[in-house]
Amino acid sequence: MHPAFSVVFFTTATGAGYGLLALLGLLGGLGVIPVDFWLGFIGMGLALGLIAAGLLSSTGHLGRPERAWRAFSQWRSSWLSREGVASVATFIPAGLFGIGWVLFGRSGGWVAVAGLLAAAGAVVTVCTTGMIYASLKPIAQWHSRYTLPAYLIFAGMTGTVLANALLQGFNFGSGAVLACALFATVIGWGWKLATWRHNDRLEIPTTANTATGLAGGTVRSIEWPHTEENYLLKEMGFRIARKHSAVLRLITQALAFVIPVVLLAIAFVLPWPLAALVSVLATISQFAGMLVERWLFFAEAKHTVMLYYGR
Amino acid sequence: MTCLPAHTDKKLGLVIDLDTCVGCQACVTACKEWNTGGHMAPLTDIDPYGGHVDGVWFNRVHAYEHTTEAGGRTVNFPRSCLHCETPACVTVCPTGASYKRASDGIVLIDEDKCIGCKLCSWACPYGAREFDTDVGVMKKCTLCVDRIYNDNLAQEDRVPACVAACPTSARHFGDLGDPASAISLLVEERGGVALMPELGYKPTNRYLPPRARSDRAAKIDAPALQPIKADGGFLGWIDRMLSN
Repeated sequence: MHPAFSVVFFTTATGAGYGLLALLGLLGGLGVIPVDFWLGFIGMGLALGLIAAGLLSSTGHLGRPERAWRAFSQWRSSWLSREGVASVATFIPAGLFGIGWVLFGRSGGWVAVAGLLAAAGAVVTVCTTGMIYASLKPIAQWHSRYTLPAYLIFAGMTGTVLANALLQGFNFGSGAVLACALFATVIGWGWKLATWRHNDRLEIPTTANTATGLAGGTVRSIEWPHTEENYLLKEMGFRIARKHSAVLRLITQALAFVIPVVLLAIAFVLPWPLAALVSVLATISQFAGMLVERWLFFAEAKHTVMLYYGR
Repeated sequence: MTCLPAHTDKKLGLVIDLDTCVGCQACVTACKEWNTGGHMAPLTDIDPYGGHVDGVWFNRVHAYEHTTEAGGRTVNFPRSCLHCETPACVTVCPTGASYKRASDGIVLIDEDKCIGCKLCSWACPYGAREFDTDVGVMKKCTLCVDRIYNDNLAQEDRVPACVAACPTSARHFGDLGDPASAISLLVEERGGVALMPELGYKPTNRYLPPRARSDRAAKIDAPALQPIKADGGFLGWIDRMLSN
């Protein structure tokens, strides 16, 4: 599948944004992390900024972005529509929580309720994003039990690492949050390795035989219907050489998992503000790594239509 | 509404005979000609006279070599929308632009509602939908809705343009939901198959597999070529010289 940058950035940015929003809503609303105007202002600004930037970026993928409002109508059948509804609906409790927690400097009571609702909305929205991909049967690498948990795990992971950097930056860091960020990154790494292992061993029942209805023997494409690349080949026929795939997987693991794990482990023993500095570096490295991961998620996915082209 | 109708009165579709299709591309050009002025017009061409020709087509004819124990054969394979009974391209549509008609089962796009998110083309395993980069919306086969119900056309012309154009009658149009229709009987007789049934989209269109090879044909194996034996004389001497 063609890795459109607008969609790669959209899923990565909103994942981190919703992860951070869920943590701030949960921990801020319940008063686990301290009420502080600048912490709240920067934190909610980052979370909502990442979400808004991602959503805006996703409209860049559309042929007719001026009609994007229509996408809120078909939530009964379409995961993409559900994502649109959930993402916009989440802004309501998130906005109320932001007003209560940041502007009024309160936690507990209605602020906690708004924070919990914002966290729930964030989880639901990430689920709908994951289901858009997990529900597509023609793409076996996506239509698997690994896809939905991956979106949730990576949103939680990037959100926790970002929240840790934020708290460390304001010198509110704690060993518990740092440990959570480290643990989440290890979980993310494990899930990615398991997903790759699963995809590399995938046996797809759909073949050129079932695609053409020609039973038995081998079916070999000898002539395409067209001499130049068409929409199908450009959109669904994106291919990445195996050797590049291997290198990019290593880059993903280094940037998204190994470097953050090392930096976060170092942060345990460093005093402030050095601990804050390495926490921020871990976040930046992980975000860059997740962009590569999401690019590969698209580039390594194969669509059944390519069977007709012998690819 | 992108929820699917529980029942369609008819299941209009195509039956394509892979035995008699000669791969002449007449259906492809007839489709393009009709539909670039039809319901989903235009079928945009990008850079049609340049080096990177691209454009929207509803019907594409592939060619395959099918090799079995009985030997190999070339199979021409027209590929277009199969008007599935449970089309995921419709249910994934976030705007309601894609829909399946309850009256005849035809899957259509309302171009005025399409936002061009391309998700329907990802959801279709058959590559039936093609994006029009010029207009910014998705396009697909309409089963020539503007021909098959067109009172301005003679009765015999009220078939999809691809069916009307086929010189070998490899394309058939009719109601596959009616077991007594001519097209259903043809599918029954020839063992018509659905494409990628394992994915569960229940395509309406059927493909008739090539007929079995006949063993009644005359055996006219050509005699093996005999090696030319160099004999004596002048020509033999030349042959020996050249062979060295």
